[in-house]
Amino acid sequence: MNGDKPPAGPKRLPSPSDWTFELIEEYFAAIKSTAQKYGLDTYPAQLELISAEQMLDAYASVGMPVNYRHWSFGKQFIASEKSYRRGHMGLAYEIVINSDPCIAYLMEENTMPMQALVMAHACFGHNSFFKGNYLFRMWTDASSIIDYLVYAKAYIAECEERHGVDAVEEVLDACHALMHYGVDRYRRPQKISMAEEETRRKEREAYLQQQVNDLWRTLPRAAGKQSKKEHRRFPEEPQENILYFIEKNAPLLEPWQREIVRIVRKIAQYFYPQRQTQVMNEGWATFWHYTLLNDMYDQGLLTEGYMMEILSSHTNVVFQPPVGHPAYSGINPYALGFGMFTDIRRICENPTEEDRQWFPEIAGSDWRKTLDYAMRHFKDESFIGQYLSPRLMREFRMFAVLDDATQKELEVSAIHDDSGYRRVRESLSRQHDLNWREPNIQVWNVNLRGDRSLTLRHTRHNDRPLDNTAEEVVKHVARLWGFRVRLESVDSHERVLQHWEVTPAPHHNN
Amino acid sequence: MLHQVIDRRLSGKNKSIGNRERFLRRYREQIRDAVRKAVGDRSIRDIEQGTDITLPKRDVSEPVFNHGSGGVRESVHPGNREYIKGDRIPRPQGGGGGGGRGASPDGQSEDDFVFRITREEFMNYFFDDLALPRLIRTQLLADAPEWKTRRAGFVSEGNPTSLHVVRSMRVALGRRIAMGSDARAELRKAEEHLELLESRADTPAAEIAAVKAEIEMLRARLARVPFLDPFDLRYRHRVREPLPTSKAVMFCLMDVSGSMDEARKDLAKRFFILLYLFLTRHYERTDVIFIRHHTQAAEVTEDEFFHATESGGTVVSSALVLMNEIIRERYMGSEWNIYGAQASDGDNWQQDSSKCRDLLDGKLLPLCRYFAYVQVADEDQNLWEEYARVRDANTNFAMQKIVTPAQIFPVFRDLFKKNPAGTVS
Repeated sequence: MNGDKPPAGPKRLPSPSDWTFELIEEYFAAIKSTAQKYGLDTYPAQLELISAEQMLDAYASVGMPVNYRHWSFGKQFIASEKSYRRGHMGLAYEIVINSDPCIAYLMEENTMPMQALVMAHACFGHNSFFKGNYLFRMWTDASSIIDYLVYAKAYIAECEERHGVDAVEEVLDACHALMHYGVDRYRRPQKISMAEEETRRKEREAYLQQQVNDLWRTLPRAAGKQSKKEHRRFPEEPQENILYFIEKNAPLLEPWQREIVRIVRKIAQYFYPQRQTQVMNEGWATFWHYTLLNDMYDQGLLTEGYMMEILSSHTNVVFQPPVGHPAYSGINPYALGFGMFTDIRRICENPTEEDRQWFPEIAGSDWRKTLDYAMRHFKDESFIGQYLSPRLMREFRMFAVLDDATQKELEVSAIHDDSGYRRVRESLSRQHDLNWREPNIQVWNVNLRGDRSLTLRHTRHNDRPLDNTAEEVVKHVARLWGFRVRLESVDSHERVLQHWEVTPAPHHNN
Repeated sequence: MLHQVIDRRLSGKNKSIGNRERFLRRYREQIRDAVRKAVGDRSIRDIEQGTDITLPKRDVSEPVFNHGSGGVRESVHPGNREYIKGDRIPRPQGGGGGGGRGASPDGQSEDDFVFRITREEFMNYFFDDLALPRLIRTQLLADAPEWKTRRAGFVSEGNPTSLHVVRSMRVALGRRIAMGSDARAELRKAEEHLELLESRADTPAAEIAAVKAEIEMLRARLARVPFLDPFDLRYRHRVREPLPTSKAVMFCLMDVSGSMDEARKDLAKRFFILLYLFLTRHYERTDVIFIRHHTQAAEVTEDEFFHATESGGTVVSSALVLMNEIIRERYMGSEWNIYGAQASDGDNWQQDSSKCRDLLDGKLLPLCRYFAYVQVADEDQNLWEEYARVRDANTNFAMQKIVTPAQIFPVFRDLFKKNPAGTVS
């Protein structure tokens, strides 16, 4: 905020602390015109005023306005309701949904300054990120997600009616366990919409049931081919999308079960970009609410009182407790993202010698273009790898700790100094890479000639093993696959170091 | 860019009810156990509350593939104060720690998942145990037993069926008079004035025209007063009132001789709770008297009733005598509805059983609205035979052998039958 006092012109917006619909319209218009000045490109916004209870409901169904029913959402609801009632947890001020129009929830309890903050944050920050970032553009279809969820909810309710809640729950549980392995990491999925989905589902069901599956082949093959086939692997290449593989190949699944696998897979795919861009997404939204509202203050639209309340909650959001602080739980994505976007702007506007050396292409460039480019073409991992500056590392006082299980002690491998910048940056970037954070597990082989058992393979990075919940997950896989499932964890020399094997209970064969 | 603002506050909350139900359904066994335990620990009078349910965290967790500890990992942390490259830090105890990216999926770390079920949910689990029919459940879960609607004047809002035409017209008339009174007075004056003017020959025509115009205007104004306005409407007002209720006293009689073990007492407790629930639904005030007996009977507190153990022989009639005395001392007025509930393992001193029958037949049953007896053991003994004779002779006596909680309800079957004339008289 600038030190000079803004003129209290006639344009100043009314400033009671309670919101009204008129005020929301008025502020929205003011924020919008400010945002247009900066050229933010957004979907239309749909602001929905909701009560605290409804916010709890939204929490429970991963923020979506509709979703199918599942006990885990109930658990989530019970847990958040409890901590909310006992005052352990404040509710988020807003939830925003990547849809077209972009739906933003404003909570009834918020004061007017908070509503202004939320509108700037969600309807302009997140909204423009959803519309602009390449991952979202490529992987999700904002216009059809709500439709698709409506379809999913109705379909699953229908299945519950036809096949019983327990049968559906079993499939959903298994799918949820594999949800993170239900995404295509590299291949672009098709867009989905409800009407199309419905007709396509019927066709798929009919087709899949007729199809002669290799797994079911009982006819003897021509004698000559036999030996050649013996060595054919299935799948020919390891598959990263386990749910997709199961949907297409699990021998015993009924059509409706396949459809449920597909639904969970599609929803996982929809959320995949959000999981990869947390720092950028929150940082971008925080940067813009800060920039827009300050600009409005400078125009004389906001009073000091409003600005104080806005800044106070902004400060809470971007607080980064240092390591060792009781509230410390890793890097705060809001703080890091906001810090980085602010820093990029600074590098553009007031580059130092160091910046010129590290970022020759952007130092001194037009900050709006540079920021826009950064928002569009990166995900957390590459964004940090590209833009984290030495200065910010110093501000955060970042240091990297190497934890090698074979050593007795941890080692500080790099700190915020000349010899450490690159290493810290690389390490932080890797830390935000989902492929590095999640164990790399792929479909390895199906025993076509024998017991139809499925083998999953975990390839270890840096010798990191799997923990013991793996067995529970393998049980879920076995439930879907219908035959024996084996998970093996192999090191870089292909030695099997851990393995789990589960044979499904026989009741599953209808 | 278009936008719209939607007020969703009134459109359905509780979207999560279905999910919550699925959660409870999944853990019904554990919850049922917790409820069973809570019933055992609670006083009869406090039975109707929710309870905290604790589920072990591993039971409610949703497994996903995770890295275990081990191997090599590097993590970046903020807030370096004293470290430089190459420093060694002792490994923090208790997992993660220095490498603590704290990647637990739901960000909680307590060991148990604790949540609260509501009174209704609690009672439903309790009733499940007792195998209570649906109809009875809804009867017992409702907050007040019976309602009567009575008229309570008139209000300005209501549904068309309760519109009171005469009242509405009366209000409309009053309003029309009030709204038109100024205009009418002016009109009268103007008309008199006009008459006066017209009576004089020398009045200029313009003046007459002006007065006529004024009269015209006033008439139009009067015509604009609506005949009936929405706020004239009056509706009959009805209020729901609980039926007048009276007082009840419930006598809990239990054999506490050595043969009554914890399991049997627990069964007896459920039996008493069910009767208590029924009574609290029907009477404004329900007293509970606890009488325990072995060879002698004593009036005790609830805690002593269920938890103290005594041994020795059994003389059932002692309790009946004491009950009779208490009734005569304290509950003789006609406003008291007396209910008896007796639990025993059927053991009694040989000569005493026929005395019990006489006491019931001659003294207690005429005073009681209902007397229920449960034998929490299977063997036939002479008390059972004598009581069977009492049952055959009286309609307000019920008895049953119970070994599991589900057998309790039949004892009360008659009691829970909806009495067309109203259960309370």
